[in-house]
Amino acid sequence: MHKQILKLYVTGRTGRSERAIAALKKINGEELGGQYEIVIIDVLEHPKLARNEKIIATPTLIKELPPPMRRIIGDLSDTDRVLLGLDLTAAAASDDQGDE
Amino acid sequence: MGKTLPIVEKMKTGIPGLDDIAIGGLPKGRATLVSGTAGSGKTVLAAQFLAQGIEMGHSGVFVTFEESPEDIRRNLAGFGWDVQQWEDEGKWIFVDASPSPGERPIIVGDYDLGALAAQIADAVNEISAERVVLDSLGAIFGRLPDPSILRYELFRIASALRKFGVTTIITSERTEEYGAVARHGVEEFVADNVMILRQVLEEEKCRRTIQVLKFRGTVHKKGEYPFTVLPREGIVVIPLSSIELKQKSSAVRITSGNAVLDDICGGGYFRDSIILVSGATGTGKTLMVNEFIAGGQREGERCLIFAFEESREQLFRNAIGWGIDFELMEKEGKLQVVCVYPESESLEDHLITMKESINDFQPNRLAVDSLSALERVSTMKGFREFVIGLTSFIKHRETAGLFTSTSPSLMGGTSITESHISTITDSIILLRYVEIFGEMRRGLTVLKMRGSMHEKGIREFTIDGNGMHVREPFKNVTGIFSGHLVYTQQAEMDRISDILTGRRGD
Repeated sequence: MHKQILKLYVTGRTGRSERAIAALKKINGEELGGQYEIVIIDVLEHPKLARNEKIIATPTLIKELPPPMRRIIGDLSDTDRVLLGLDLTAAAASDDQGDE
Repeated sequence: MGKTLPIVEKMKTGIPGLDDIAIGGLPKGRATLVSGTAGSGKTVLAAQFLAQGIEMGHSGVFVTFEESPEDIRRNLAGFGWDVQQWEDEGKWIFVDASPSPGERPIIVGDYDLGALAAQIADAVNEISAERVVLDSLGAIFGRLPDPSILRYELFRIASALRKFGVTTIITSERTEEYGAVARHGVEEFVADNVMILRQVLEEEKCRRTIQVLKFRGTVHKKGEYPFTVLPREGIVVIPLSSIELKQKSSAVRITSGNAVLDDICGGGYFRDSIILVSGATGTGKTLMVNEFIAGGQREGERCLIFAFEESREQLFRNAIGWGIDFELMEKEGKLQVVCVYPESESLEDHLITMKESINDFQPNRLAVDSLSALERVSTMKGFREFVIGLTSFIKHRETAGLFTSTSPSLMGGTSITESHISTITDSIILLRYVEIFGEMRRGLTVLKMRGSMHEKGIREFTIDGNGMHVREPFKNVTGIFSGHLVYTQQAEMDRISDILTGRRGD
């Protein structure tokens, strides 16, 4: 089966970047059964990709498929909120998200 | 002491008038905060900074937090700026940090604005930008949580821009016209340089002003200066006092168009002077304009008339009545008559269009009939600024200006116009009705003639088909111009003797 992609935009190899990368790998492995391919994009190396995707803050996690497209900003330190935010759990309660 | 401090270089913005009040432009390589309430013209000013830069060969990066690039392109097209073309030519790049419709980012944990910083750096490098705009900071505070993170991150971006050596305008909202510089408290420490745009309602009229609040380490003009936003040009600042100081005055005299009046003035008006003619309705102000223009015609000079009270037809017909052919003068290219309704535009816009006409026609003589008609469309403060703006503009050009002003009372007193602008004009001529023994006659006096002797008496004058005839001074009556006549004993006798000897003439 074709693997779906989670894109994580980071700025350089900072502590915040590393925390987000580790958290995402952990969530993918432990909660999502490793079904996603994780792509790490450093905006310092690929600023044009950031421009095309309109990435302002880092880390930013983007899930395009399955729809709806989701965008999560931050170091992903709260697994439950990340899962809710990605809208990947069937019982996603919407009251806990979108509090910008 | 004695140490030379590093001089803050300025970068010309190219925005008309702004470089005057900013004394040379914005601090080069620094960020300047432009703060204002909604609709005060921040985005236009920021965009114009880039647009004018492109005309000077500077490319620019526009970082938008609020409106989408499409909206901005469309809005700026109205000012004649083709942003899309500049983008295609690699002179303008948008960094789009505007919110995507329907998308609400979810925030989980700590974040930074590293991607925005990277995008800006990349865009600046890509086109070797010298100018950057961030519009407007308030919008990002509404979208992302934790103001302390944003403050820190914006400070980092500002520092990075400074390292690049680009000159930056950052715009920000404020909620009140006279209050804190900006919301969120971040902006003031992000920028060492602050300008404020205001739109204040005064006497039911909207007045836009710009003020340079601070420029760290360099000079600027203090106070608020009016500006206007014109459809094909964008922002035009009216720099009032900054130009006033540079006026030179000459000793060259020109004719008033009336030989006797020339004598009274000590040999005519001065070349670079502003003459105010004040009088009640029907005293002969427009006739004095005609004589002034006719005097210019005899000298082969170029004349420009701004008429705010009468139509072309009326003006031309009156002039013919006094033996002056405006139509012929126009055909010869020696005259231009511009008739405008005072209410057709705001006073700021009138000033801009009048300056344009003056620039185009390059007159030696200029008449405004009447200045007081323009008083109606403005606040007193705005009117005073308009007169200062116009007079200083004229005086630069070795042009003589004759302004008329209608005084409200028939017999004496002064008009509001006079009391507010009399210090600005060089010469003041008063025309008044004088009632002498039940007969209405006309009196004229030169009240002020800066830099010259002049006759102080009150002369009688008459008007007929050949124009204006200045006669002998009134004798033995006092209080003519205050409107309270007092006859002296001698007066009656003189009058009788005048009648007997026929000295009173026609």
